[in-house]
Amino acid sequence: MTYIPISPAERDAMLATVGAKSLDALFDAIPASVRFPKLDLPPALTEMEAASLLDELASANESVRGDLVSFLGAGMYNHYIPAVVDHILRRGEFYTAYTPYQPEISQGTLQAIFEYQSLMAALTGMDLSNASHYDGATAAAEAVNMAFANFRGKRRKVVLSTSIHPQYREVIRTYTQGIDLTLVGDDSAADLQASPAALIPLIDANTALVMVQYPDFFGRVFDYTRLIEAAHAQGAFVCVIANPTALALFKTPGAMGADIVVGEGQPLGIPMWYGGPSLGFFTTKKQYVHKMAGRLVGETVDTRGQKGYVLTLTAREQHIKREKATSNICSNQSLLALASAVYLSVIGKSGLKQVANLCYQKAHYAASELSKLPGVGLCFSQPFFHEFALCLPKPVAEINAHLLEHGILGGYDLGQDYPSLKNHLLVAVTEMNTKDEIDSLVEVLKEALND
Amino acid sequence: MIEPTIFELSSPGRTGVTFPQADVPAFDLPEADLLRGDLPLPELAEVDVVRHYMALSKYNYSVDGGFYPLGSCTMKYNPKINEDTCRLPGFLHTHPLQPIETVQGNLALMFEMQEWLKEISGFAAVTLQPAAGAHGEFTGVLMMRAYHQSRGDAKRVKMLIPDAAHGTNPASSGLVGFSVVTIPSDARGNVDLDALKAQCDDTVAGMMLTNPNTLGLFDEHIEKVIGLVHGCGGLMYADGANLNALLGIVRPGDLGFDVMHFNLHKTFAVPHGGGGPGSGPVGVAEKLADFLPTPLVGIIEEADDENPPLYGFVTPKHTIGRMKAFHGHFGGGVVRAYTYIAMHGGEGLKDISQYAVLNANYLKARLEKTYRVPFDRTCMHEFVMEGRFEGTDIRALDIAKRLMDYDFHPPTNYFPLIVHEALMIEPTETENKDTLDRFADTLIAIAEEAKTNPEIIKTAPHSTPFGRMDEVKAAKELVLCCWLPEEQ
Amino acid sequence: MSTTPSTLKYAKSDEWFDAASGKVGLSDYAQGQLSDIVFVEILVSAGDTVSAGQAIASVESVKAASDVYAPVSGKVVAVNEALAEAPESINSEPYGAAWFIQIEGGNGAALLDAAAYDADCAARAH
Repeated sequence: MTYIPISPAERDAMLATVGAKSLDALFDAIPASVRFPKLDLPPALTEMEAASLLDELASANESVRGDLVSFLGAGMYNHYIPAVVDHILRRGEFYTAYTPYQPEISQGTLQAIFEYQSLMAALTGMDLSNASHYDGATAAAEAVNMAFANFRGKRRKVVLSTSIHPQYREVIRTYTQGIDLTLVGDDSAADLQASPAALIPLIDANTALVMVQYPDFFGRVFDYTRLIEAAHAQGAFVCVIANPTALALFKTPGAMGADIVVGEGQPLGIPMWYGGPSLGFFTTKKQYVHKMAGRLVGETVDTRGQKGYVLTLTAREQHIKREKATSNICSNQSLLALASAVYLSVIGKSGLKQVANLCYQKAHYAASELSKLPGVGLCFSQPFFHEFALCLPKPVAEINAHLLEHGILGGYDLGQDYPSLKNHLLVAVTEMNTKDEIDSLVEVLKEALND
Repeated sequence: MIEPTIFELSSPGRTGVTFPQADVPAFDLPEADLLRGDLPLPELAEVDVVRHYMALSKYNYSVDGGFYPLGSCTMKYNPKINEDTCRLPGFLHTHPLQPIETVQGNLALMFEMQEWLKEISGFAAVTLQPAAGAHGEFTGVLMMRAYHQSRGDAKRVKMLIPDAAHGTNPASSGLVGFSVVTIPSDARGNVDLDALKAQCDDTVAGMMLTNPNTLGLFDEHIEKVIGLVHGCGGLMYADGANLNALLGIVRPGDLGFDVMHFNLHKTFAVPHGGGGPGSGPVGVAEKLADFLPTPLVGIIEEADDENPPLYGFVTPKHTIGRMKAFHGHFGGGVVRAYTYIAMHGGEGLKDISQYAVLNANYLKARLEKTYRVPFDRTCMHEFVMEGRFEGTDIRALDIAKRLMDYDFHPPTNYFPLIVHEALMIEPTETENKDTLDRFADTLIAIAEEAKTNPEIIKTAPHSTPFGRMDEVKAAKELVLCCWLPEEQ
Repeated sequence: MSTTPSTLKYAKSDEWFDAASGKVGLSDYAQGQLSDIVFVEILVSAGDTVSAGQAIASVESVKAASDVYAPVSGKVVAVNEALAEAPESINSEPYGAAWFIQIEGGNGAALLDAAAYDADCAARAH
C-alpha cells in the first residue's frame, strides 16, 4: 500500500527538473558504506490485510467492554464516553491540523483549547489552566519543576505524600534526577493511617513544594486546608493531584487554597487505550502564570476587530528560552483536551454531577456488601469517592486469579507498592458497573475466600 | 459570524447526555464542608454542542483540507485506516494494569513495534514509553547522564548543540543539568569541524545532532563529527525529527549514533491532533540499553509448538526509571504507526523517503530563481529559503500570511535562526506534482506582487475568516479563561 | 539621533548604570530589540551581593526573552518592586521609572560611555 500520489511519468519529469538521474542519485551526501540498507520487515500489506491483522491483535485482548467486568482503577477509570465525543474528534479539521501557530487559520483549535482551559479552571476552582501536559504523572513532575524554579534553587526540598500514586512518585524521581533536590515523605513504609497533618512536621523553610493526591491513591477524601495553611506559613507551594470526576462532588482544591492543581484527565471522555494517550491537566493561581510551563491560549482581537485567540506568553517556552527553559515541553494533548471539552460540554453541569454521584453510590454499595464477607474489611475509615482499599484474608493474587476465571477484573494489588498493605485490594467502581455486576463480584469473591 | 464560546451558549436547565438512575440503595454523602457548592459548567443540548464544535472546525486549516508544507513538522497525509485500527474496542477499552495474560494482543503489537523500530533505525533496543519528541529527548539525555555516572565519570557536563538545532535540544539538556555549548555551522550548512574540535575534551557528555539538520541538509562530514565526539568520550544523540528523509536510506545506528528519538507523529503518519498527542519512542545502542526507562515489553515465556510466546514487562538493569505513568502513547500513537509500517514494509518505507526528498528538491528547483536559497546543494526532505526581496520591506511573515489567501498553509518561518527571514518548506511525499506546481506558481506570483502591489502582501491575509491577531494585547491583558455569563 | 543619556555608563550586554545613584536598567536599544515587554522578574533581593555579569533579572516580551546582568559588582541596596507591575515601562521609560535595582559599591569605570555604547549598538546592527 502506498500513499504517494506521483506517477512514474511525473516522477521522471520532476527528476529532470531537479537535474538528478534517479531517485537514488539524490542521496550522494550519505556515506556509501551504510547507504540503502535492506530493511528486514514483514512484506507490505494492503489496507484490507492490515485491517484484518490489527483486528486479530485487538481481539487477542480481553477488553472491559464485553469480555471482562472491571473493578480496576488505580489511575485510569472505565467511564462512559458519549458518542458525540469521538464524532467531533474524527473531524479531519481537528485531528490533521498542527499546533495553532498561524492563528488566522487555526481558530478552531485555539478556541477549543481556550474553552478547555476555562472548563478545567472551573472544575478545579483555580484561576487558570494551561493547554495540558502528557498525563497526570508528568503534570505532577512539571509542578515540582515549577516550584523548584520559582525559588531559584533556594529551596531544595519537596514533600511528597506516600499516598500519591506510586507511578507518579516514580516519574517525579526520574524527572528530578538531574537537579539537586531532596524528596521526603515518599516512604512506602510510612504509617498509612496517619492524617495529612502528619506531613506538617516535614515542611520547613527549605521546602519548595508539598504534594498530595485528592482523592488519594486509596480513594480517601481529605480536606487539605490545614496542611495547605501550614505549608503557606513556611512559604512553600502546595500542589494537589486531583481526580476530575470527584471534583463534581467534593470541595475543590482551589477552595482549600492549593497553589497548583494537576491530574489525569482521562476520566473526562478519553478511552483507557491501554494507558494512553491521555491528558495531564495543570491549573494554578493568576500570580504564577509566568512560572507555569506548557502552552497557553489567550483571548485577543484581530485586525478586523473580531475577538480571537492566540498562543500567548510563548517567551516562557523552550523555543525562545532554550537551555534556560524550566520545561522542554513542545506539544500539548490538544486533541484530547478537545475530547474533554466536548465531554464536559455535552454532559454539562448536571451530567458530571450524575456521574460523580453514581460512582459514589455504587462504590459505597460495593464497599458495604464486600465488607460484610467474613474476614473482609475496609482498610480505612475516612470518606472515599469511587475507590477503596479492602483487607482480605488471602493473597490478592489468588483472589484476582479466581475473579478473572469468572470474567471479573479484580482491583489493584496494593501489596506491590506498600509492604504494610499485603493482602489489600484497591477496588474501583464507576457508573459503568451495574448492581448485578457488583453483586456477582461479592458472590465470586466469597467463593474465592472459601476455596 | 464569530462563534460564541461554549459558556456563552449555555442556558440554565438545558441538558445534553444524561445517565441512568442509581440501581443501588442510597448512601449518605460526607458532611457538607467536604462537598463543593456550585459547579459552574455549561448547560447545553447535544445538538448545541455538535453545531458549536462543527463551527469551530471550519476555522481550522488541516492536512485533510490542503497543502501544509510546514518545515520540520512532516505534515503528511494521515491514512484513514489508522483511525479505525486504533479505535478497535480491544485496544480502546483495555486497562493498563490488566494481567498480562488478558492483553497479549497489545503486548505482541508493542513488542513487534520495538523490533521494527530497531530494524528501521539500526539500534539495539527501543522504548515506546516517551509521550512526544521532546519527552523522548529528555529520556535520551537522562540516559546519557546515567551512562557517564555509572562509569564514575561525573565531570562530563557539556552538551554540544549546533546553532541550527530545535529549542527542545538545549531545553532537554538544561533540565538534566548539562551546560549547553553552541557549535556553529559552516558555509555549506554542516557542523563546523574546527569549532567542534575546539570543544572536544573530557568534559563532553555528548552532542545532540539533527541530521539532516533544520536546513534540510545531510551533514557531509557526519562520520568525522561522530568520530570526534566519540573520540573524546562523548555520546551522540540523534534528534529524529527529520527521520522522514532517512527510511531505508541510512540507519542512524549504522552511522554510529548512540541514541535517537522517533517522532511517530511525523515520520509514521500519526496525526498531529492540533498540537498533540505525539509519540516519541527512543532507540539506543547496546551500551545504553540497560539504562532505558522501565518497563519494556519482552518475551516472558518463549513460544513452543502449541503456544505463541507470552509477552510481558521487563525492567532494564540500570533503568533511569519511569518517564510517565503506564506504557506510553499506545492507542493513539503506537497502534496507528504500527498499522502504517505494516502497510509499507521495507521497500515501501524507502519509497516514502525517496519521494519526500524528490518533492523537496523539485520545489527548491522551481523556486530558487525567485527566492534566495542559502546553502544551495541537494536537500533532503526540506529546504530553507529567504522570504525577502531586494528593495522591498516584505518579510517572511508577510509572505506566510499572503499564502493563506491562496489557500495554502504557510511554511515554518523564522526558523532556523541562522537564516534571515527563513521560510522552511517540507512538502512530504504525499503531495502530487500538481499541488507542488500550484504552490511554486503561487510563491512566484507573490514575488511579482512584491513589486507591483506590496501592500496586498503586507496586509494579508484577506480571504481567511480572521485577520492577523494582536499578540501584544493577548500577552498584556492575559484573558486565559471565560466563565458562565452570570459568574462574571 | 541618539537619545542615549551621557550621564550613564553602559555594559555591552545592554544594561545602563548610574554611578551617582547606583541604579541599573536596560538600555533603549535593548528594549527596542525585545519589543513589547510583558513580564519582568528580579532575581535578587536587597542585601544580596552581586558580581558583575551575574544575572539579576529576566525579561520576557511577546517574542523574546532575555536576562539582565549586573553591570558592576556590589551590594544590592534596593529593588524596584513596582517594575513587576508595570513591565511595559521598560519600553516607555527605559532610563526613568524602569530601573531594576540599586547597587552600592561599584563605580562603573570598566563600562562604556554613551558614545562608545552607541557605536557598539550600531556595529551589531550590521
